[in-house]
Amino acid sequence: MNISEIINPANLVFDKPKVMNDTPMHYCPGCSHGVVHKLISEIIEEMDIQDKTIGIAPVGCAVFAYQYLDIDWQQAAHGRAPALATAVKRLLPDRYVFTYQGDGDLASIGTAETIHACNRGENIAIIFINNGIYGMTGGQMAPTTLKGMKSSTSPNGRDIPRNGNPFNITNLLAQLEGTCYVTRQAVHTVASVRKCKKAIQKALENSMLNKGTSIVEVVSTCSSGWKMTPAESNNWMVDNMFPEYPMGDLKNI
Amino acid sequence: MNTDKKQNKEEVRLMKGNEAVAHAAIRCGCDGYFGYPITPQSEIMETLMELEPWNTTGMVVLQAESETASINMVYGAAGCGKKAMTSSSSPGISLMQEGISYMAGAELPCVIVNVMRGGPGLGTIQPSQADYFQTVKGGGHGDYKMITLAPASVQEMADYTVMAFDLAFKYRTPTMVLADGVIGQMMEKVVLPPFQPRWTEEEIKQNAPWATLGKTPDRKPNIINSLRMDANDMEELNILLQSRYREIEKKEVLFEEFDCDDAEYLIVAFGISARICQKAVKLAKKEGIKAGLLRPITLYPFPIEVLKKYAEKVKGMLSVEMNAGQMVEDVRLAVNGKVPVEYFGRMGGIVPTPDEVVEALKNKLIK
Amino acid sequence: MTEEIIIAGFGGQGVLSMGKILAYSGLMQDQEVSWMPSYGPEQRGGTANVTVILSDERISSPVLNSYDTAIVLNQPSLDRFESKVKPGGTLIFDGNGFHKFPTRTDINVYRIDATEYAYANNAAKTMNMIILGGLLKIRPIVLVENVLKGLKKSLPERHHHLLEMNEKAIHIGMDLIKKVN
Repeated sequence: MNISEIINPANLVFDKPKVMNDTPMHYCPGCSHGVVHKLISEIIEEMDIQDKTIGIAPVGCAVFAYQYLDIDWQQAAHGRAPALATAVKRLLPDRYVFTYQGDGDLASIGTAETIHACNRGENIAIIFINNGIYGMTGGQMAPTTLKGMKSSTSPNGRDIPRNGNPFNITNLLAQLEGTCYVTRQAVHTVASVRKCKKAIQKALENSMLNKGTSIVEVVSTCSSGWKMTPAESNNWMVDNMFPEYPMGDLKNI
Repeated sequence: MNTDKKQNKEEVRLMKGNEAVAHAAIRCGCDGYFGYPITPQSEIMETLMELEPWNTTGMVVLQAESETASINMVYGAAGCGKKAMTSSSSPGISLMQEGISYMAGAELPCVIVNVMRGGPGLGTIQPSQADYFQTVKGGGHGDYKMITLAPASVQEMADYTVMAFDLAFKYRTPTMVLADGVIGQMMEKVVLPPFQPRWTEEEIKQNAPWATLGKTPDRKPNIINSLRMDANDMEELNILLQSRYREIEKKEVLFEEFDCDDAEYLIVAFGISARICQKAVKLAKKEGIKAGLLRPITLYPFPIEVLKKYAEKVKGMLSVEMNAGQMVEDVRLAVNGKVPVEYFGRMGGIVPTPDEVVEALKNKLIK
Repeated sequence: MTEEIIIAGFGGQGVLSMGKILAYSGLMQDQEVSWMPSYGPEQRGGTANVTVILSDERISSPVLNSYDTAIVLNQPSLDRFESKVKPGGTLIFDGNGFHKFPTRTDINVYRIDATEYAYANNAAKTMNMIILGGLLKIRPIVLVENVLKGLKKSLPERHHHLLEMNEKAIHIGMDLIKKVN
């Protein structure tokens, strides 16, 4: 058997979604971003909406999201993705518009844009990667950093009187009249990946039903920032992140 | 300055400068306005909300949660090849600088109307021209320029709003209409521009092939972006922007001259100050002073060549501004020491009167 | 002809709207007009003033230092603007609440007790039209019919039934105004 016989459609057991291009990703081993990127690509391909989808990339580790998915993208200033998405969707109501944001982007510098886009009930999908740390800039404390969790700007652990409390923004967004679907997912197991994919698909579908804003929080790992192996990170996430940010739907109208 | 248009009797209206901006935006096929209330320009959004253009042209009008959000909504809309605009006054424009820099870097066209008020800080709600530096010298970070049109009448508030969209798309750059509290709030006669339909998606694809309308099989993804990690790439973008700015400087300079032919002294003033100085020139004539007025209409690109020309002819120049002397620096650069260039102005929201200008002319230049 | 007018008083006396009516009247007779308010918190109870220019020529500066006519409706406005009337010009004041009166002799000074009349006759809403009538009696810069046309244009339709009342007020003002010096 030679190589061309092996590379034969009949023998194909896995194929990369075509929306995802061949640009090597800059994400660290074990990072959740790659998995979520792939899920979005699969969904766009399966829904056949590549020509109708506009993504808004954040500032943070996913700043280069536009390099990996072959769809039209706008790269936003830090925290402003929901403002961009608001205008894009209002001017192109028949397009699928989603933002892809990290915790620093969505829950710190962009809190106002996030809350107001959700409160207006913009018909967009917000994909929120929460790994409790600023990955891109080198592991600083994020709004979602847990109590006692170490980061380069909380080297002795998050101290509540000094640093304030972990910000569970998703809980808050679920309270808003404008949101229709608020869910918290993860991508650390095969089962969770499947569930997360369904959630993202639902969020995108909702955006065409004039129901309001959908938010999919993906509780994620950051092996580099957490200074753990990918496997350790997954375990640490389950033990520490999940109690603070529990899995499941917070709102589903 | 005042309209030279043949005013069709039926079409002459009386309105505030701010209202004229709103009407002109709808009429020139603007797709989206995103703003946040601030005095003295709130009538722009109020008028738009009153006119409900979403029922007629389909224009989107949205009150955002902040100026920061407004300018980023403009970014999102412009990224789709849409004619998008915002308006604010000085403190709000300060907040928008981040977005303006990003739009310059992402080569996005848009129109920003600044109805200036006195500063610094929260300042005053009275008229001012103290955002000259912020507007023509950058404002936000990085090497960029913003085409700046300075209206001096209600008619021009309408006309320049339309012109600003044309220039913005011609050069893929944010463009500012820089007005002040007087022009925004005063009422004058105005003939509104004719209606132009909004662009269809086909027209957007033609006029703005870079727009994010959804990736079709016939092209690569369109990405609106100002990020270039490689410094070489970033320099390349800068070189492109700079070459565009040189072209703007060559082709788009606009100015107006009043009584300049036999002038011994040249007053340089923009916006409402130019209106005041027009009267000052007349008052000076009565006292036997041969004064003329040069009014830059584009503050960027600045009318350097014409100032050079007058530097060969006049005895001195007086830059009259409602600030502590900002444009005077550009006048001096243009004149390059050929003749004395003095400044006169009032600050913090005070509007100078024509006779104050004549006094300044006498005290500072004629002596 | 160019007429440069300042109208000044307390916010709520109808200063800005009186100016607006004058500007609309000018528009109705094909004149160049400018209306420039001193706006802001002053609109809400402090002093308010508006500069109105009507002209057959293009208007240069909407900001002025001296005026052909000043209409002052309170003491601070008189104190501020009496000296700004051009020699030979006109000063109209509503005497209500004044303790110091105009002193210049090189201008024409008129008094119109519109406030007093308006309160006595339950006509507070048309006080500014009474004053406008007084102005037009002595300075017929716009025709009354153009004032009414202008009013019609600037008022929302639901207020058009008030036009007659306003016309009456103009004529009352014409009778009320008295030369002082």
